[in-house]
Amino acid sequence: MTSENQFEPEIIAFSCHYCAYAAADLAGIMRLQYPTNIKLIKLPCSGTVDILHILNAFEQGADGVFVAGCLRGGCHFVEGNNRAERRIERAKDILDKVGLGKDRLEMFFMSSSEGPRFAEVAREMTDRIRKLGPSPIRGV
Amino acid sequence: MIVAKQKDLEVIVGMLQGYERILVLGCGTCTAICLTGGDREVGILASSLRLADKVSGKNRLLKEHTVERQCEWEFLDEINDQVKEVDAILSLGCGVGVQAISERFPDIPVLPGLDTLFMGMPQEESVWVERCSGCGNCILDKTAGICPVTRCTKGLLNGPCGGTNNGKCEVDPEKDCAWTLIYQRLEKQGKLELFDEYHPPRNFQAVVRPGRFTIK
Ligand code: SF4
Ligand code: SF4
Repeated sequence: MTSENQFEPEIIAFSCHYCAYAAADLAGIMRLQYPTNIKLIKLPCSGTVDILHILNAFEQGADGVFVAGCLRGGCHFVEGNNRAERRIERAKDILDKVGLGKDRLEMFFMSSSEGPRFAEVAREMTDRIRKLGPSPIRGV
Repeated sequence: MIVAKQKDLEVIVGMLQGYERILVLGCGTCTAICLTGGDREVGILASSLRLADKVSGKNRLLKEHTVERQCEWEFLDEINDQVKEVDAILSLGCGVGVQAISERFPDIPVLPGLDTLFMGMPQEESVWVERCSGCGNCILDKTAGICPVTRCTKGLLNGPCGGTNNGKCEVDPEKDCAWTLIYQRLEKQGKLELFDEYHPPRNFQAVVRPGRFTIK
């Protein structure tokens, strides 16, 4: 929580080395402002993200998680982003069933040149999670 | 291999009600290969159950372990100590696995996390198909390696029936007619004479339930 008591969500961003991670870097170089509560985890490909990584993030108190991979058809490893998307679908279903709600998780697609897009996604997710409120698991 | 699918999370949560210390036990053989009961699925299921517990304010012990095979007692020795710490085992093995664990540890409830479906094989990514019903009287030598007992919707031994339709089955047009497949493969192998052979009614006594096999 900040001094104004505004809820500052903890958001984990699993980001592909070839696109979103580079886009986040570019956002920094371009001096674009985006919320500081995004914690980046670099992946060699979005397709390496496992449902277990996502669930573990929530178990450890994350309020939101997003996975960012290359644009459709643009995956460095051809199919990785499609695989990630399918896993996100299943993970969303699990989040619904365990009572956390699927909206705390999202998949985004972007290219390495889209610094402004990364900043926009970071703001979008932060706004969304603020509206949802803290994860009921926080502090349990 | 044995093919099985995971039960709905809600069903598993309901099954586990009243237990406080649970061992989620995977099987590293068939159900690991069909992506429903191996190490990874144990992790995902245990994590999901922990999340559900935390959301509802519970704090139960959820242990995770995967053995090489649940259906052989030798492989269950390694969980002797863990079993003493829990009040239920949730098995992600097939129905044989569940029963083998329950026979080995009769004092503790063993619950099925999967629905066991059939004996089969992977056909393409994410798709498994049934291939054998364990009838105890194999006739694959006569049917070009295609099992009509299992793959003909009606289990006919002398097919095809009148419903075969451009290679598809009248019962379910999504499914291939097993007897058309048999005809085509016998033709390819130059063994069409086998198609004229009459198969007498199947001997349902070949495997008396429950089956038992002793090697001599
Ligand atoms: S005939 Fe079919 S069901 Fe019977 S043993 Fe052979 S493959 Fe299995
Ligand atoms: S159409 Fe073919 S597969 Fe279907 S019941 Fe008849 S013989 Fe069996």
